[in-house]
Amino acid sequence: MTKNLNLWVIPLLPLIGAAINGLLGRRFKNTMVNAVALLFTAASFGWAAWAVWTAWPGSGVALPHIETVATWITAGNFSAPFGFQLDQLSMIMVLVVTGVGFLIHIYSVGYMAHEGGYYRFFAYLNLFMFFMLTLVLANNYLLMFVGWEGVGLASYLLIGFFFLKDSAADAGKKAFIVNRIGDFAFLIGMFLLIQHCGTLTFSGDSGVFAQVAKLPQDTGWGWITITALCLMFGATGKSAQVPLYVWLPDAMEGPTPVSALIHAATMVTAGIYMIARSHAIFNLAPHALQIVAIIGCITAIFAATMGLAQTDIKRVLAYSTVSQLGYMFLACGVAAYSAGIFHLMTHAFFKALLFLGAGSVIHAVGGEQDMRRMGGLRKLIPVTFWVVTIATIAIAGIPPFAGFFSKDEILGAVFHSPYGGPVIWGIGVLTAGLTSFYMFRLWFMTFFGELKLGSVDLGEEAHAAHAPAQAAHGAASHSHGHADDHSHGHGGVHESPWVMLAPLVLLAALSIVGGWVGWPQFMRGHNEIEHFLAPVMQSGPSVAGEAVSDKDATTSHAGETTPENTSEEWLLAGTSVAAALIGLFFAYLLYYKSPGLPDRITSKMHGIYMMVLHKYYVDEGYGAIFVKPLLALSTVVLWRGVDQGVIDGLVNGAGTASQGVGNELRQMQSGNIRSYAAWVALGGAAIVAYMIWLGVTR
Amino acid sequence: MVHQVLFIVFGLICVAGAINLLVQRHPISSALSLVVVMASLALIYLLLGAEFVAAIQVIVYAGAIMVLFVFVIMLLNAGAEERTRGSRIALFVGVPGVIILAGTVGWMLVSGSRRLGTVSISSSNFGETHAIAKLLFKEFLLPFEITSVLILIAIMGAVVLGKREN
Amino acid sequence: MVPLSWYLILSGILFSLGVLGFLLKRNIITIFMSIELMLNAVNLTFVAFANYWNTHPVADKSIVPLSGQVFVFFVMVVAAAEAAVGLAIIISVYRTRETLNVDRVNLLKL
Repeated sequence: MTKNLNLWVIPLLPLIGAAINGLLGRRFKNTMVNAVALLFTAASFGWAAWAVWTAWPGSGVALPHIETVATWITAGNFSAPFGFQLDQLSMIMVLVVTGVGFLIHIYSVGYMAHEGGYYRFFAYLNLFMFFMLTLVLANNYLLMFVGWEGVGLASYLLIGFFFLKDSAADAGKKAFIVNRIGDFAFLIGMFLLIQHCGTLTFSGDSGVFAQVAKLPQDTGWGWITITALCLMFGATGKSAQVPLYVWLPDAMEGPTPVSALIHAATMVTAGIYMIARSHAIFNLAPHALQIVAIIGCITAIFAATMGLAQTDIKRVLAYSTVSQLGYMFLACGVAAYSAGIFHLMTHAFFKALLFLGAGSVIHAVGGEQDMRRMGGLRKLIPVTFWVVTIATIAIAGIPPFAGFFSKDEILGAVFHSPYGGPVIWGIGVLTAGLTSFYMFRLWFMTFFGELKLGSVDLGEEAHAAHAPAQAAHGAASHSHGHADDHSHGHGGVHESPWVMLAPLVLLAALSIVGGWVGWPQFMRGHNEIEHFLAPVMQSGPSVAGEAVSDKDATTSHAGETTPENTSEEWLLAGTSVAAALIGLFFAYLLYYKSPGLPDRITSKMHGIYMMVLHKYYVDEGYGAIFVKPLLALSTVVLWRGVDQGVIDGLVNGAGTASQGVGNELRQMQSGNIRSYAAWVALGGAAIVAYMIWLGVTR
Repeated sequence: MVHQVLFIVFGLICVAGAINLLVQRHPISSALSLVVVMASLALIYLLLGAEFVAAIQVIVYAGAIMVLFVFVIMLLNAGAEERTRGSRIALFVGVPGVIILAGTVGWMLVSGSRRLGTVSISSSNFGETHAIAKLLFKEFLLPFEITSVLILIAIMGAVVLGKREN
Repeated sequence: MVPLSWYLILSGILFSLGVLGFLLKRNIITIFMSIELMLNAVNLTFVAFANYWNTHPVADKSIVPLSGQVFVFFVMVVAAAEAAVGLAIIISVYRTRETLNVDRVNLLKL
């Protein structure tokens, strides 16, 4: 039976909330703004939950469940509908988006309580929810692209929320522009799909995936590979992979809830979702998959190294996000899409928790974001301490918390896949170790030791010690201080209000149990999530793993069931846990036991350290290679040349020409009778001559 | 034959008078040349058999209008013309215009002269006052009355315009 | 027995001389006289054609043979009226501008 779930309501509710808050919110009191925003978000979550419940596999609703509200574009043979699709993949996504989004809305009520532009924040946040839900529920690439662009817009608005700060406005611009570059590639990919398939709709017999499934695998560089690469490049922009990751660290200028929602849990995962959705295309393009895997791997390790040297708490988390996204990319690259989605889900939980917890820490210390000034907070803000601890253990991949299961899933798939192999697996394990190291470094620096607020000279960011309230004139670029000014002078370090802590506790619970839906088979679990996603991920040839029998073609996971793999699986899992523990040990050594050690090490490796500290000068490189020439081109050619010269020239020239002609014609009115008579005589002669000519020729 | 000679003589006098009008510098000389032109034109009208027209040409035109001109010249004490910086346009645009006009008309007339035929003093009642009066008061009564109004207006205008402001 | 075209050519010459006078002379009164010359030339044309239609009758009833002379009559009336008013204007211009040179009376310029 086809039940009508009215899926279109799910994105629409936050849109209404955004409209109300955006248009009328200026006059609302804060409580009213809260009520509107939370109401619509909760309603959206509720509806989504109901829809998922109703359409759960086995309930009789055929999946994928597609609802077309209207036709949007019809042009020749091509048509794109306003259509929404609910299948297992979008179920997971929509629940993550609405659920985590709702929790973050609650958190923001407390976090943004003293900020100006309160209604604007919630309007933008709801707007973001609308676009993100459109993205995950769309049943065709075009509507998904609407959501894609829209979340980029919302991201820009929210990153630049404190628009009076130059750095925030610049960061917003950077995010949007870099995303745009990726979006261009996405568009090219869509155009190729239109050209070869005539449609952009996902499912159905005439949908893209059905058509693509009939094609043979593209071992060379045919159109399928090019399309896949274009889609991948679009994903690198949105999901902050190399080379388009540069916007994500700067995006920390936005308020912390924004970083949690958009740049940890939802928007940056859109790229992963898109690749998972397009798995049919990717599976036919081995070269593309290989490149995806390599990029994911490079991003993971690259970002992890950069996270080692950062001193701003949010920057560390930003690089950690990039690194974890690299893991997800890597998972997709070895065709283990469900593993990637699984990690997306668990990452949403613990990364959102980490960001919100960092926000809680920042709130507690009155706006300070530099970890070198923190310390010893564990007794002062115990609830925050415990939830952040849970999140840190989760991200480090220590069982039985959530991160271990998803990360292990990925690493296992990588090891067995022809696109991965032991080398990439090894890099993945190394990255896991680095992740654990810098996360525990953050943990130790923030919560242990002594609170150093205001009493620490920050060395090369040469700068006299400031009181925390004035540390807004931040030091260098990365510990740039207070995007959100939380120095509301409550006096002293204090725990956050319950409205901020409740979501943290909930997310902590999810970070603990969230991984258990993917309890792997070799540990005598059932890996429910993999089976859940299996019908969507019906994959073609060349999936990860050699032990999968071809009859069991519904999974894309390696090392299922067969006993002789279990010991191998245990070995792989054990290695990654060991790496995590080694990372923990070194963090303990450097940041708890002998705090002077890091400085001694960095002074010995000064060159390398400086390079890592300055993020390998990638931003400067991009600036020199792309930005400056483009700016010069714009200024000289387009602005002065075309705009001022040609366009203004034409318009002003028309005016000047009229004036000139008028000036010339004016000479005729000289007041001199004789010249008037002369013109009359000439005119009369002309008329007479014409009449004579007429008469003669007749 | 006689007519043609007479015509040529009076025609030449006309043209000479007109050229003299242009050439003379003092307006009174130009006025007198114009009188000469009008007189010879009257004679040419006689050649055409239009006695009435010839008569009123002399009486009205040469006798009244030109006298008016001479009076005004005397009143205003108009002296010889001074050479001022003229209008170049008048020279370079007007004169070619005139030349074109004269040239085209003349060429057309000369080339069509055979077709046009001749005129002569034929029937007796051509220039008769009686015949003209009949036309004037029958077919052209309305224009006639209107011209009388016109003259009235002209009189009033001249009086008003000529009044000295006190 | 004079060809009609001779009269017309004479008229044309007189008219052209009138226009030339208008263009080349500087004294307002002289310019006025050139206008009178032009009117006379036109009169000659009218009378010549009146004679022509009289001697060469034409079937078209709309051409009244002697009407050329009637028109000359009207032209003269108009010329008289125009001369009167025009000279009055010249007098008042002379009173204001103290000059009869038409090049000096050029205040109506842009």
